[in-house]
Amino acid sequence: MIMDLIEKHPILEFKHGKKVKFTFDGNEMEGYEGEPIAAALHANGVRIYRVTPVKEQTRGFFCAIGKCSSCFMVVDGVPNVRTCVTPLKTGMRVETQRGKGVIAMDAE
Amino acid sequence: MKGLRQTEVLVIGGGPAGLSASLEAASLGCQVTLVDSDLALGGQLIKQTHKFFGSKDERAGTRGFKISEILLEELDGYKDRVKVHMNCTATGFYREDGVVSCVIGEDEYFRIKPGKIVMATGAQERLLPFPNNHLPGVYGAGAVQTLMNVYGVAPGKRVLMVGAGNIGLIVSYQLMQAGVEIAGIVEAMDRVGGYWVHAAKVRRMGVPIYLRHTIKEALGDRVIAGAMIQEIDDKFQPVGKEIQVDADIICMAVGLTPTCELLWQAGCEMVFVPQLCGHVAQRDLFMRTSHPDIWVAGDAAGIEEASAAMVEGRIAGVGVARSLGKGDSSEHSKRLEEYRRRLADLRGGEVGQKICQGLECCTVNEWGV
Repeated sequence: MIMDLIEKHPILEFKHGKKVKFTFDGNEMEGYEGEPIAAALHANGVRIYRVTPVKEQTRGFFCAIGKCSSCFMVVDGVPNVRTCVTPLKTGMRVETQRGKGVIAMDAE
Repeated sequence: MKGLRQTEVLVIGGGPAGLSASLEAASLGCQVTLVDSDLALGGQLIKQTHKFFGSKDERAGTRGFKISEILLEELDGYKDRVKVHMNCTATGFYREDGVVSCVIGEDEYFRIKPGKIVMATGAQERLLPFPNNHLPGVYGAGAVQTLMNVYGVAPGKRVLMVGAGNIGLIVSYQLMQAGVEIAGIVEAMDRVGGYWVHAAKVRRMGVPIYLRHTIKEALGDRVIAGAMIQEIDDKFQPVGKEIQVDADIICMAVGLTPTCELLWQAGCEMVFVPQLCGHVAQRDLFMRTSHPDIWVAGDAAGIEEASAAMVEGRIAGVGVARSLGKGDSSEHSKRLEEYRRRLADLRGGEVGQKICQGLECCTVNEWGV
């Protein structure tokens, strides 16, 4: 999948950082390091970020300021990550969150 | 959790108000810690591509993101006095000891005990209740601007804008600049709420503005596919036939409300002021709240434009320095007089009248300290 980005703009010049690879539900995608995970997913055409626990409704990008919890996803195994304010890193494993998410407990 | 950190001044929020407060306090000799929950400083300024109105002192005629660059350049001069934490959310204020808890990213917590705090937490968007408003594709106007103007990602192909205030009009125009089609703008009132010049720009591009209309429901199964809109009467009741609009994005630009959770937690005296769009802290002319160690500035103190937020931030910065005994009192007076004049200029127009009415409901001269 090729990132769908705004190429020509009358006012803005977009300076993206380093291009890195990550996976979304097992599929490899590209994004820019340090930009929000949610923005990278959006550029790759992903709209559904999680499914709610009870009514199983879809949720996606919404407030973009880390306040609304709409974009919670499972990132590198950790659930409820605010993907709109979490910077993308190379090799990240991003998954659609289904339900409340399970916190992995260390076996001690 | 690490040990307790200390700072003379904690500024919460690095938008126009918080940056200005930090700069002002630092310029008077305060040690400042600035925390911001986003990945970049500048708040909403970094996504504003339009030229600002207001006055020359507040850089009228300059595009918002340029104003942010100017403030950040100024901040660069105070590296030794202002410590910045990015992607850092202030999660709580503890009244018993005045400690603020913060988290960097999702799990790096720390506690900080500030001498004084400036709450410049900005605003959050309002949403309308309508069926299917939870579907992916219903986005806040700020979120749409972030996607397209900060990260260069088109939010969709065809957008239905809800709200013809300045934000709805400006974001519609910006979407078109980014190559996105605007299906129309829906506005419940019988006239455009934003400035005429912004409305004229989108009308010239052929965008329909549906006055006295509301969104009845969003259409779509798992993501947005469109919306039904309908005319409403004087009592906001639906009348007439429904119109189906095809769109993959419904952009909500129906207003903002101050972000004030921390102010509530701190026990600041709060008052509901419709003209300022929500609950706001009572404040004096130095922007100090009823809590002796907490100041407020910008949209968190009442929804207004970024120009006013910057001046309020400056005033709060002087207020904090003054109470810490930093800088001399003649300098404080000189700056305060200047900033108060600038605020009065900004609020001189027709829109400013409403703001001034609101401020009368929540401003005291100076708290008995």
